[in-house]
Amino acid sequence: MNLSRRAITLGGLATAAGTIAPLRSGFGQAKPKLKIGCLTDMSGPYKDLAGPGAAAAVHQALEEFGVAGKGFDVEVVVADHLNKPDVGTTVAREWFDRDGVDLIVEVANSGVALAVASVAKEKNKVYLNTGAATSDLTAAACNANTIHWVYDTYMLAQSTGGAMVKAGGDSWFFITADYAFGKALQRDTTEFVTGANGKVVGSVAYPFPGTTDFSSYLIQAQASGAKVLGMANAGTDTINTIKQAKEFGIKMQLAGLLLFLTDVHSLGLDVAQGIVLTDSFYWDMNDRARAFSDRFSAKVKGVRPTMVQAGVYSSTLHYLKAATAMGIEQAKKDGAATIAQLKAMPTDDDCFGKGSIRVDGRKIHPSYLWEVKKPSESKGPWDYYKPVATTAADKAFRPLDKGGCPLVKA
Amino acid sequence: MIMIFGIPGPLLFGQLLLGLINGAFYAMLSLGLAVIFGMLNIINFAHGALFMMGAFAAWMLLNYFDIGYFPALILAPLLVGAFGIFLEKTIISRLYKLDHLYGLLLTFGLSLVIEGLFRNGYGSSGMPYRIPSLLQGATDLGFMFMPNYRGWVVLAAFVVCTATWLIIEKTSLGATLRAATENAPLVQAFGVNVPRLITLTYGGGIALAAFAGVLAAPIYSVNPNMGSNFINTVFAVVVIGGMGSILGSIVTGFGLGVIEGLTKVFYPQASATVVFVVMVIILLTRPRGLFGKAA
Repeated sequence: MNLSRRAITLGGLATAAGTIAPLRSGFGQAKPKLKIGCLTDMSGPYKDLAGPGAAAAVHQALEEFGVAGKGFDVEVVVADHLNKPDVGTTVAREWFDRDGVDLIVEVANSGVALAVASVAKEKNKVYLNTGAATSDLTAAACNANTIHWVYDTYMLAQSTGGAMVKAGGDSWFFITADYAFGKALQRDTTEFVTGANGKVVGSVAYPFPGTTDFSSYLIQAQASGAKVLGMANAGTDTINTIKQAKEFGIKMQLAGLLLFLTDVHSLGLDVAQGIVLTDSFYWDMNDRARAFSDRFSAKVKGVRPTMVQAGVYSSTLHYLKAATAMGIEQAKKDGAATIAQLKAMPTDDDCFGKGSIRVDGRKIHPSYLWEVKKPSESKGPWDYYKPVATTAADKAFRPLDKGGCPLVKA
Repeated sequence: MIMIFGIPGPLLFGQLLLGLINGAFYAMLSLGLAVIFGMLNIINFAHGALFMMGAFAAWMLLNYFDIGYFPALILAPLLVGAFGIFLEKTIISRLYKLDHLYGLLLTFGLSLVIEGLFRNGYGSSGMPYRIPSLLQGATDLGFMFMPNYRGWVVLAAFVVCTATWLIIEKTSLGATLRAATENAPLVQAFGVNVPRLITLTYGGGIALAAFAGVLAAPIYSVNPNMGSNFINTVFAVVVIGGMGSILGSIVTGFGLGVIEGLTKVFYPQASATVVFVVMVIILLTRPRGLFGKAA
């Protein structure tokens, strides 16, 4: 009795499922759906500068674009790449092959970023990177499916490195994270330092991730006699380097080659004051940026957005515009064609203002040199930067013909 | 200037001293692990997470209750130690009869949960914690600029390690503890409450980790991952010193700190690996570790 009742219930369920399934796919055909994958660091050193804030930025772009009234649906998925290139590529493959993801945004960590770029090319999908720094993404490793949105090691090196050499910091020592990003940052900065008749007197490459004590490297840097300490690292590593440099009374000038707003927040102004850094976006830099940041902060516990999170918003918004312009079905079918459409349209949003995208996949906008305020100058939490200099959009990034990207025809 | 292996003498002495400072953290953490393993036979993978909780406890005491560094140095270990006792009573004590592997898996899982919770609540960049004003500044040692706080860390670590060693090796309480590890039923027959002794031992080991965490708070950024950066090295220290050996973990902790420090001068890329190379060599030549007792 019992058994047969169960059999009947199971049979009923199966029939029900059978009738629902075709109905659902029927709806799917009527209304096309874009799927956006936000692949980021949700648990490691870059969680605060990208992470959940980046996912929130995707949703903010969707809301402000007004997807609801445009005749298509958008679904967002989020995953953690754990800062491991193999995890990143596995997720990217699963998303493209199995889950029908059309666009991957974010991907902080240069190692993972480079790996995902080749997957996007292989599967002919769209990949908009905001968090990675390596300028290789638009050089030898460039491809027709990738756009590098916010900043890169060349931009940072030129702005921070160039400014420091000009101010008399003509001898450098590097403390470098021993992976793709750190090496690219050191290489690009070295070019600017030597180009301006400065010299690099030494460097150490430390194991990444997992290094917490930098005192040994700081003492070596001090002993080298260099005037400037170039920190070719990011996130918690930079925070620890700066903290310990202060502790050991390192007299060198600190060059934060890649420092985010959240890093300064973590350090506190009494430790971070006076450090010079480069960002392409600061929440308080103009009215449009402030308006965007206020909307963002309303969603994310009062935290102010970093340039990476602003880039996620900006790139997602531009993607939605481009996909609408060319037709959703076409955008889903051909990633390279979608990227071509993105490149053809001028960009404009609250975060980066008006800009454009180059043929090598480099998004173009100005870069800004900032100095961290003294505690007495700050009006409250998140009021941290004062402007020092601006590099115009056409000068901020590596000249098109210097990168060696195969997409650029000589 | 004196040159040693092509490195200026002062630089080398500086590195030796820095190695000793890092070794102080290794020694304190591995000491707690050794005590817990020696007495409870639990491979406590949650040690790094509890070290992190110690640093966070100090931060919370300061920011929520306005309690400064020195009181935190006592309070934080007590609070986190109490949490350790709670863990032992409710969860870990159920595994004593099972293979080591179960304890390892359980505590590893616990550490993931604890770190995840803190990451959710406080993000991953970390929180600033200032060096107490009494210990700010630095002393010029001639060959190196030595921050007073780092000197304090070495001193505090040395005192705590020595005290722990004395308690376990030289007092009657320590003798009872050691006897209980050898033969629990017999010690119980003498009227000693062995389960309570074990619980307190676990709490004590955890308090050591939390103490190290408070010491670390002003040096490293107080962040949820700070423990996991240490824990692998610390396990290597325990294995090299001899599982469960108190003296072994102290000596090896300081020693490996120095070896790591020297590697940072000669070939920095290998500084994270050198500890494990030493571990392999020791395991091949002395499988029970440097100070381990023969079976």
